[in-house]
Amino acid sequence: MPFVPHTEEEINEMLSVIGIDSIDNLFDEIPAHLKIKGLEKVPAGLNEMSINRLMQQRAAKDGQPLCFIGAGSYDHHIPAAVWQITTRGEYYTAYTPYQAEASQGTLQLTYEFQSMMTALTGMDASNASLYDGATAMAEAVLMAVRSNRKSKSRKILVPRSVNPTYKHVTETIVKHQNIELVDVEIDSTTSKASMDALKAFSGEDITAVVISQPNFFGTLEDVDAITTWAHENNIVVIAVVNPLSLAILKPPGIWGDNGADIAVGDGQPLGAPMSSGGPYYGIMTCKKAFVRQMPGRIVGRTVDQEGREGFVLTLQAREQHIRRSKATSNICTNQGLVVTASTIHMSLLGPEGLKQTALSCHSNTQKLVEKLSAIDGVEIVFDQPRFHEAVIKINKSAADVLAKLAEQNILGGLDLSADYPEMKDCILVCATELRIAEDIEIFATALAAALK
Amino acid sequence: MSEIPTDLRYTASHEWARLNDDGTITIGITDHAQDALGDIVFVELPEVDSELSQGDASCVVESVKAASDIYMPITGVIVDTNQALVDEPEMINSSAYDDGWIFKIKPADEDDIEQLMDASSYEAECEDE
Amino acid sequence: MLIFEHSASGRKTKIQSTSGNEMPTDIPASLLRDEKPGLPEVSEMQAVRHYTSLSQKNFSIDTHFYPLGSCTMKHNPRVCNSLAMLPGFLSRHPLAPEKLSQGFMECMYELQEMLCDVTGMAGFSLAPMAGAQGEFAGIAMIRAYHDANGDTERKEILVPDAAHGTNPATATMCGYTVKEISTLANGDVDIDVLKEAVGPQTAGLMLTNPSTLGVFERRIEEIAKIIHDVGGLLYYDGANLNAILGKIRPGDMGFDVIHSNLHKTFSTPHGGGGPGSGAIGVAERLKPFMPMPGVKKIGNEFQWLTEEDCPHSIGRMSAFFGNPGVLLRAYIYMRLLGAEGMQRVGEFATLNANYMMAQLKARGFEAAIPDRYASHEFIITLKKQAKELNVSAMDFAKRLLDLGYHAPTTYFPLLVPECLLIEPTESEAKEMLDGFVEALVQVQQEAETDADMLHNAPYTMPVNRLDEVRAAKQLDLAWSAESKA
Repeated sequence: MPFVPHTEEEINEMLSVIGIDSIDNLFDEIPAHLKIKGLEKVPAGLNEMSINRLMQQRAAKDGQPLCFIGAGSYDHHIPAAVWQITTRGEYYTAYTPYQAEASQGTLQLTYEFQSMMTALTGMDASNASLYDGATAMAEAVLMAVRSNRKSKSRKILVPRSVNPTYKHVTETIVKHQNIELVDVEIDSTTSKASMDALKAFSGEDITAVVISQPNFFGTLEDVDAITTWAHENNIVVIAVVNPLSLAILKPPGIWGDNGADIAVGDGQPLGAPMSSGGPYYGIMTCKKAFVRQMPGRIVGRTVDQEGREGFVLTLQAREQHIRRSKATSNICTNQGLVVTASTIHMSLLGPEGLKQTALSCHSNTQKLVEKLSAIDGVEIVFDQPRFHEAVIKINKSAADVLAKLAEQNILGGLDLSADYPEMKDCILVCATELRIAEDIEIFATALAAALK
Repeated sequence: MSEIPTDLRYTASHEWARLNDDGTITIGITDHAQDALGDIVFVELPEVDSELSQGDASCVVESVKAASDIYMPITGVIVDTNQALVDEPEMINSSAYDDGWIFKIKPADEDDIEQLMDASSYEAECEDE
Repeated sequence: MLIFEHSASGRKTKIQSTSGNEMPTDIPASLLRDEKPGLPEVSEMQAVRHYTSLSQKNFSIDTHFYPLGSCTMKHNPRVCNSLAMLPGFLSRHPLAPEKLSQGFMECMYELQEMLCDVTGMAGFSLAPMAGAQGEFAGIAMIRAYHDANGDTERKEILVPDAAHGTNPATATMCGYTVKEISTLANGDVDIDVLKEAVGPQTAGLMLTNPSTLGVFERRIEEIAKIIHDVGGLLYYDGANLNAILGKIRPGDMGFDVIHSNLHKTFSTPHGGGGPGSGAIGVAERLKPFMPMPGVKKIGNEFQWLTEEDCPHSIGRMSAFFGNPGVLLRAYIYMRLLGAEGMQRVGEFATLNANYMMAQLKARGFEAAIPDRYASHEFIITLKKQAKELNVSAMDFAKRLLDLGYHAPTTYFPLLVPECLLIEPTESEAKEMLDGFVEALVQVQQEAETDADMLHNAPYTMPVNRLDEVRAAKQLDLAWSAESKA
């Protein structure tokens, strides 16, 4: 099924207009020995009926387990209208809105998205998205280096309570530009970034600090104190936030003395299914003074020749298609369609719906913690104010127990020991608004049995 | 034809330089350059006190369709920047050689300005483009 | 009207339960929000109606011919979407154990294998989330390869002047300086200039073939030899892979590393700007450097390929595994096409482009490279119209919107003055191509009789030309309740 509409008659007519005998002539300029006969590893084409059967089987294999893992991807309810409207052809099959007059739908929606992001984060400006939360952190680091012109060190403090994969990805992306990511220890009883460890850098030339709220363990950091300390030391503050949590938590725009300077995060909790890890999108917001260092596309509101309101891509001179080797980033394609879904999702939930979702997540997680802590052999490790994740320690091998739970179709959480060797048999668990009391009961019962 | 005052010196990258009585040198972009860029919407001014060598990118002038680096015509230290451009970058379009000046430097060697093109050489350079 | 302007305080949808609205007491008040965020408060119907009517202000492939050069706006089969959105795929947590992921992993493994075959590469990583990220992975691998060989003096990446802007931007992000290589009038890289430019400082050359000028680089093997002889590596920008799909392969041309824009060649939707995928293929010698994760097959079981398998990996490019939803759509598309279908893609994309070019030349338009076959795209230059009639490529583009056609790519490549870069793709029928030719002819006639009319086009869109200077100067990037007042 190649989706080619040509009839034999049309092909002949077209060839005669070009003045050739066969389609092969069009490839005459290509050295003959480079042409291939066929493809060996690509099977014969399928019709729609057959591909249906194949994909149904594949999808069914993966079992839809009961999910208590978070760690950057969360199982939330998405209203039915969200993806029905998002996959309308006019959104789904449009290109990047370079021809503004023929793209007002996407452009206005993106402006609304930017408005919602600034409202949630309390920041001044938002771009139209980056790839995901991890790459957004990397871009924030690059942006901080460009913006903090007083700092020459290119040193970025990254507490170990920041998602370790985010740090890994940031390292991959920034390491060629002489930027150093400096580990900052965490307090082993609270899991929070150690204020003492941070203060050891007071007076040093540090370019930026990353603060995650909540942190990777679900614990809430002392964001006010860290922000104020950072600004006193001429350090740019990069906030990494879960956007859903901002329905109830203090937005980064007003942390500490003057708010974070750049706030990033992953937009997945706002309308993107877990979908094996993507597509999600990266949130990128900042204070006014940083706007012109912000990478990626940005939509602005303006007027047309008759004074009618309209929307355009703006500040494009910073981007790769104009500024080439001096662009703020090489990013071109972003995650537009997921942003479309997310904007509709936020409109359907509104401030109240979002708040209730966040509250349900929080209270379900507290119920989960309560249930699990009652099991023999389970201990709550960091009993601190948290959002919707928590760390438990068990008295058996975490890997074995998680495998046993998986056999019963339960994803019991993330084994932390790979990234944190000191946290042997510690598991990061999560309950969203979807994990109702019965689900928690099933998990607790299975875990108790596995630990017997 | 764009305007090219005879009392200034010029670079091939379209900066102009004016030696002031106090020994500082004022830098801007030429009428030809502002015309090529179109409506200027933003100027990223350099940091005062930074020391830059001849040819270094000192700051950026942005229009909607281009962002252009401003290069140091000669080696020196930035001593002043035109803060009026922060709110009214379009002054570069309307008054490239006066109100639209961008920054002032204290040159490492005042005589370096002699290396730059005079008005007639610059005019020839523009015609070659 | 903005969604915020439909908002009324206290209005809500019934999607969320209404139980419990009290702030938690176990979180200190200093960490809580004290004002609700300024999101719209609308009913479900208002939201649905608002976003449905907004969508109607867009041109899209589903509604219009969209011949954007270098973007490959081909038909996006609906079945690719519906099957990628099966609940089993959507609800899979990225960290689910391998045992509960075999269905998904099998698709990904086969996608890697098919991409290797189609491009002639030895290994493929699906990690990069867009073309530009694929480029980054590729250049980072080139750097890691040279570093691993102790070859640390290579500081320069060569890029033709016709290249996409992402090429030089990527090279810079990887810590390289960029040297541009000029292009001849016939569209080929200037080999003499290239020979002069290469040396021990050369890390690699980034090339698009067929090039952004819409022609095949005939001396590709000679170019590969020049680069390899000085110890550099050859990078293939896969933006134009659609032109040669099933006919020739970058691996056979001598490329060491390539990215493929799955949202172009393999028909995943552009989605108004993304998401995409920049899957990256490598020759044997670069396999140890591939980004993680990937999928391997041991017996009948699929397992994740991690840093333990690839100790020299350049690292991870995303929090999980790139854009799996996009990868699934590409996989489904490739299975629908099959080997024979893919061959027809390259052939008919090329036929359509050459047919349109021939028709436009016959109607008096000037092709930028008139004496060669076009690949899957070609360039019309309107420099004569600009000079004689004072109408620009942009004027043509805007007027085409009124006639029901999305404009081709304008002002790229930067080398050709007043250019329209036209890529019809294989999925358009002859009638549509003929209609577009007639539309361009009509605009040409209008330019000759009433140039001013073109300067103010379009007339039938929701807005006409927007004030971009105002947008950039008086930045209005977000709505707020205060700005309304």
